Amino acid sequence: MARPETEQDLAEVVRAATEPLRIVGGGTRGMGGAGTPLETGGLAGIELYEPGALTLVVRAGTPVAEVETALAAEGQRLAFEPMDHRGLIGGGGTPTIGGVCAGNISGPRRINAGACRDFMLGVRFVDGTGQVIKNGGRVMKNVTGYDLVKLMGGSYGTLGVLTEVALKVLPAPAETAVLRLRGLSDADAVRALSAGLTSPFEVTGAAHAPQGPGGEPETWLRIEGFAEQMSYRTGKLQGVLAPFGEVEILRDPEETASIWRWVRDVAPFHDTAGDVWRISCKPTEGPQIASRLDAAGLLYDWGGGLIWALLPEGADARARLGDFGGHATLVRGSGQRFHPEPAPIAALTAGLRAKFDPKGIFNPGLMG
Amino acid sequence: MDMPAPNPAILARKARMVQRLSEVLPPDAVIHDEAETRAYECDALSAYACPPMIAVLPGSTAEVSAVLRICHEEGVPVVPRAAGTSLAGGSLPTADSVILGVSRMNDVLETDYDNRVIRVQTGRTNLSVSGAVEEDGFFYAPDPSSQLACAIAGNIAMNSGGAHCLKYGVTTNNLMGVTLVMMDGTIVEIGGAHLDAGGLDLLGVICGSEGQLGVVTEATLRILPKPEGARPILVGYDSAEVAGQCVSDIIKAGVLPVAIEYMDRPCIEATEDFAGAGYPLCEALLIIEVEGSPEEIDVQLGMIKEIARKHDPVELREAQDADEAARIWLGRKSAFGAMGNINDYMCLDGTIPVSALPEVLRGMEALSKQYGLDVANVFHAGDGNLHPLILYNANTPGDLEKCEAFGADILRLCVELGGCLTGEHGVGIEKRDLMLVQYEAADLLAQMAVKDVFDPAWLLNPAKVFPLAVSETRRAVAAE
Repeated sequence: MARPETEQDLAEVVRAATEPLRIVGGGTRGMGGAGTPLETGGLAGIELYEPGALTLVVRAGTPVAEVETALAAEGQRLAFEPMDHRGLIGGGGTPTIGGVCAGNISGPRRINAGACRDFMLGVRFVDGTGQVIKNGGRVMKNVTGYDLVKLMGGSYGTLGVLTEVALKVLPAPAETAVLRLRGLSDADAVRALSAGLTSPFEVTGAAHAPQGPGGEPETWLRIEGFAEQMSYRTGKLQGVLAPFGEVEILRDPEETASIWRWVRDVAPFHDTAGDVWRISCKPTEGPQIASRLDAAGLLYDWGGGLIWALLPEGADARARLGDFGGHATLVRGSGQRFHPEPAPIAALTAGLRAKFDPKGIFNPGLMG
Repeated sequence: MDMPAPNPAILARKARMVQRLSEVLPPDAVIHDEAETRAYECDALSAYACPPMIAVLPGSTAEVSAVLRICHEEGVPVVPRAAGTSLAGGSLPTADSVILGVSRMNDVLETDYDNRVIRVQTGRTNLSVSGAVEEDGFFYAPDPSSQLACAIAGNIAMNSGGAHCLKYGVTTNNLMGVTLVMMDGTIVEIGGAHLDAGGLDLLGVICGSEGQLGVVTEATLRILPKPEGARPILVGYDSAEVAGQCVSDIIKAGVLPVAIEYMDRPCIEATEDFAGAGYPLCEALLIIEVEGSPEEIDVQLGMIKEIARKHDPVELREAQDADEAARIWLGRKSAFGAMGNINDYMCLDGTIPVSALPEVLRGMEALSKQYGLDVANVFHAGDGNLHPLILYNANTPGDLEKCEAFGADILRLCVELGGCLTGEHGVGIEKRDLMLVQYEAADLLAQMAVKDVFDPAWLLNPAKVFPLAVSETRRAVAAE
């Protein structure tokens, strides 16, 4: 195991490596490949934080919690709401910002604010030869050369080891309100979520649990903003959602936060047996696609476009799904984690990995 | 700006190329007459022009694929072109190249409100994407100022931004899927109506790759419900520092306007002479726009006004109705026209951290004296994207070169202060030779490695983005 304290030392480890390395941030997501662990936790700390410019530059091994605390002190936040996988995977560790970026980990607010990759402004990383590379910067608009920042976001360490990331952050709104409907079928729930999302009232969360925290179906829409906005928008949205049933409005900060944490961290599958799949699809097709899974449990986020499914151990969700416009990732369980890609895409993926990691040492076997 | 010398072996194959391309395209889609190819000799960086060997205007993805396959087999460079509005020379041809224009492919293929996406052919103009959905209460957010003319293919190639990207992001944040034709003719589908990539984020690296990785013929774009309303205020200050501080305080207070535009005194004076919008003649003028219902707008503007007043503005004007709102925007929207009325100008596009604004403006003033050329500034202040407009006279020998040197110095200053060379226009040929100011050679090699994978022969738009000396060996392989 290696746990370098500087970018240069990390580069040296990679340069010298002849055997596969398993890139580990906090080790909370269990998504590394085979190999000797290379931990980034030694590269920690906030390099620069300018609240007035909505910019944060942070070393990759910095715990997410440390970043969130620093932002909260200025009334700001990571708007993409990264999931904490520990409850779902059942392991320990401390989630790091590098792990979040490497996995493009985005929570319920992704439907409105964008994904983690949309907030990544710049990266520094070490490629498979031990070369330090930078791309992007710390400014919000930057089209200088190719956008390797996006390519690194969600590459799970297969193209390089992130050492530093620059992120756009956003103000945390003063208030949150949740509109809740009960007892809806999956199909009606997704229709209700669509109705909210196609309104001009900026829904920042749209989720449905066939079995909510109380065991019965619950459907939630979230809005965030100033106090005056809350009353106006909840009133308007109540009208939009009226055809789907009675709408409750929740304004208590603790209660609303706990609902979205429950959705974000896929709480219904904590302490369960079986494999957990994450399916990305066209939102309105969510219920129809999910019905093919014969799942032991389901949770819909992103207005229906993200399905979390609990399946018996070893069950092949992809075989059950057949062809659909999207992809399925095995998040908990053993087997092929990422969805097989069509040949021309697989060739591009393989080509990029061969260029960025010519020794084939970064998380081999993980993506394609 | 140097361009590589045309390859005589390719020029000698012109007749055969015309013949082969005519076999896969309708007769009017292959343009090879020397008078007619002149229509494609430049884009909006009109100081540089060179007619292509041939221009083709395919009407479908299959035709694009056929064209690229032939050019690949023949080893002929291809320069993709959308609407030709690039300010960076992104679609400047070389004499031995085939211009591949997507302008005939401009259909809306599918509109899906429930999933908030539209699928279009990429020759469609930016504004007409919004036009296709606005009656139903939706819009496409990225709004480059050329949006009436520029097309989605070019927006994707350059990752275009606009005035409203502080809230809505730029093209890459609103692009969900593409049909990409690779240089060898292979057609690839990437992304779609689902929200994230299944493997590597190829879409993310294709967007902004300046037509060097493939030709995007269709795109799935995110559309959004239109806000209920929007309203601007105008605030004038006596100093750039104070205006910059005001912007920073607004952002820190947790208000997120959709746009914060900034104009400096030379720009205000020029636009007042030209458009008479009634702007105060001051050092720094801010136009700040917020969205929502009338009551929501009142609340947000109330907070903004309170912050603005703390900094002693020389003027603070709130639009009371649509007419007044239009007048507030009038000067800003006519800024480029006003400059063009005075003289020729070059529009730069550097981005800086907002906190570095006063320093950049001071540096620019010093450079302006040094070069003896005037510069005026329009600035997307919320996101740090500067648009310095350098005035010069194209008919004065040496003026263009002086202007370019001045511009390069401004961009060096942006990079020095933590910013970048280009925020939304792209590198093209214009900033190509400055890339090593911002990046180390290894950083550029990593970027070029991506092109090696998508276009191993370096035939797609090869003379752009990377300094010619840096890309030379790769391009040389193609020329053999």
